[in-house]
Amino acid sequence: MQKFAKRIVTRNRAIAGFAGLAAMMMALAGCAQTVEFSIDGSSTVYPVAEAWASEVAQDGVLVSVSFSGTGGGFTKFCRGETQISDASRPIKETESSQCQANGINPMEFEVAIDGLAVVVATSNTFVDSLTVEELNKIWTADSGKQVNTWRDLREEWPNQEIQLFGPGTNSGTFDYFVEVIIHPFDGSETKGRSDYTPSEDDNVLVQGVAGSQYALGYFGLAYARENANRLRVIPIDEGEGDGPVEPTDANVESGKYSPLSRPLFMYTDGAPTAGIKTFLEFGLSPEGQEIVAEVGYVKLPEAKRQAMLAKLG
Amino acid sequence: METPTARAPARELFRRWTVQLVRERAIVGFLFLSASVAVVATGAIFLTLLVNGIDFFREVSLWEFFTGTNWAPDFLPPHFGMLPLLKATLLIGVCATVLGVPFGIGTAIYLAEYAPAKVRSIAKPAVEILAGIPSIIFGIVALFTISPIIRVWFDAPVFNALNAIIMLGVMVIPIIATISEDAIRTVPAEMRSAAYALGSTKWEATWRIVLPAASSGVFAAVLLGLGRAIGETMVVTMAAGLVSNMSVNPLDPMQTITAFIANRAGGDLPTGSVLFVSIFAVGAVLFVVTYAVNILADRVLARQRRRFGS
Repeated sequence: MQKFAKRIVTRNRAIAGFAGLAAMMMALAGCAQTVEFSIDGSSTVYPVAEAWASEVAQDGVLVSVSFSGTGGGFTKFCRGETQISDASRPIKETESSQCQANGINPMEFEVAIDGLAVVVATSNTFVDSLTVEELNKIWTADSGKQVNTWRDLREEWPNQEIQLFGPGTNSGTFDYFVEVIIHPFDGSETKGRSDYTPSEDDNVLVQGVAGSQYALGYFGLAYARENANRLRVIPIDEGEGDGPVEPTDANVESGKYSPLSRPLFMYTDGAPTAGIKTFLEFGLSPEGQEIVAEVGYVKLPEAKRQAMLAKLG
Repeated sequence: METPTARAPARELFRRWTVQLVRERAIVGFLFLSASVAVVATGAIFLTLLVNGIDFFREVSLWEFFTGTNWAPDFLPPHFGMLPLLKATLLIGVCATVLGVPFGIGTAIYLAEYAPAKVRSIAKPAVEILAGIPSIIFGIVALFTISPIIRVWFDAPVFNALNAIIMLGVMVIPIIATISEDAIRTVPAEMRSAAYALGSTKWEATWRIVLPAASSGVFAAVLLGLGRAIGETMVVTMAAGLVSNMSVNPLDPMQTITAFIANRAGGDLPTGSVLFVSIFAVGAVLFVVTYAVNILADRVLARQRRRFGS
């Protein structure tokens, strides 16, 4: 009986000991560095935000970055869940008023320039360029002029179905593409065809396009450049007499790569302070803009960069 | 423990009797509550689907939902025909089950009738481990191992239904094998002995006597495998594609009900929007289909048990 009692006591003491140890470890973990602020939004802007975040982390500013798409990002931003919203298109009226309703005042900062890249796999050797009108025919919902095979576009191309990949409807890239490729031809009451593979994660799109000879997709320039060994960027002919234009840095900055050149934005709640200000100050500095170039986008022109810094205060 | 005093033995006995009664009742009550959790949870799930489904059908016509062939809920104009999703779910589910049936039943027959103890000691645990592997692992394998092979052999795109069909076929093998093996084992030894006595070979006995006797159990096993394949989410989300179309070509990408819900329910949908409740509507369809399959399997299994006693 004595031995039994002793065993019970020892067992209970052991349990208490472990519980205490676990509690201490949890408390220590809680004491560990907390995230200072969070960023969400465009997957196009994501690589820039992520790169800047890892640089400022060394100065003690901790940022967590996600990519729910421009639309998804604004939803969270307007609820106060994030402090910076990445966007590959300007904020909409509806989104702005939703923010105001929750006491959040979106302030816009242009942070980089993107040339939306239209890509095919490197195994696709027959496409040399596409016109804006051809792009519209590929992506339109209008079944009268919609094309489904490469041959429908040009006689000399293979009679194979075009496998389409693109951002989902939450994506600013999607909104922008629809605005410049669909709306001018089909009016604003349509968003183009829906039977393509949609994803807010551009890496999924890269995988998809790179894996099929007859695939076509579009996303931010950075992802195309990063995967240059698997993807080919197609020069786009706007029909203004310039011929097919490639999205080089110069063409994107000057606006010659049109209509797919566009600014990339970050939105804050009012004038940024503390960690958020440090983050944006770094991003708009020459060093931060170098990172933009490294990531694969185009730096802001100097005048614009100075203007943004002035806005930052 | 007190011993009853000589003065009031009856009172003491009564006290002990009451205490025991209360304790018994309390335990039974607690066990009843535990059992009712399952009922309450099922009811709650069903109600959630029902309430949101009703919200959905206020905006969308039943006709369009059940007969439309265009599923584009977030486009302008939105289309809510769920046939593409149902087609993909059933196509992938049925093909995967068809693929897994020969291997599953073959495994069951081998393990029940033929396997020597040594082989059985490796094969049975292997089947059980296969059953326990998380589905996301299967998803990764489907996307990074099976997809490249199919791409090379069939010149197919990265995301296609065949990835999922093959992977799901492998996933249903343990379910079919385990339950079929149980069914085969419940066939009484007398039937086998009678077959041998009448001069049949082992395979003749297995194929013509034992398997037909176990057929209800095997059928139930196949149905349960089908239920699993239909309800599977991770593999189809990662590898089968995100395009809603009416193609029946397994080399094309297609989006199942489960993949649609998984991709959309990331928490970014405005509550109350049609897109939000559309998830519940298709979820309800999936619920009904899986429920029907499982009920059918249950009935068939019960018949097997009645025939031979388990």
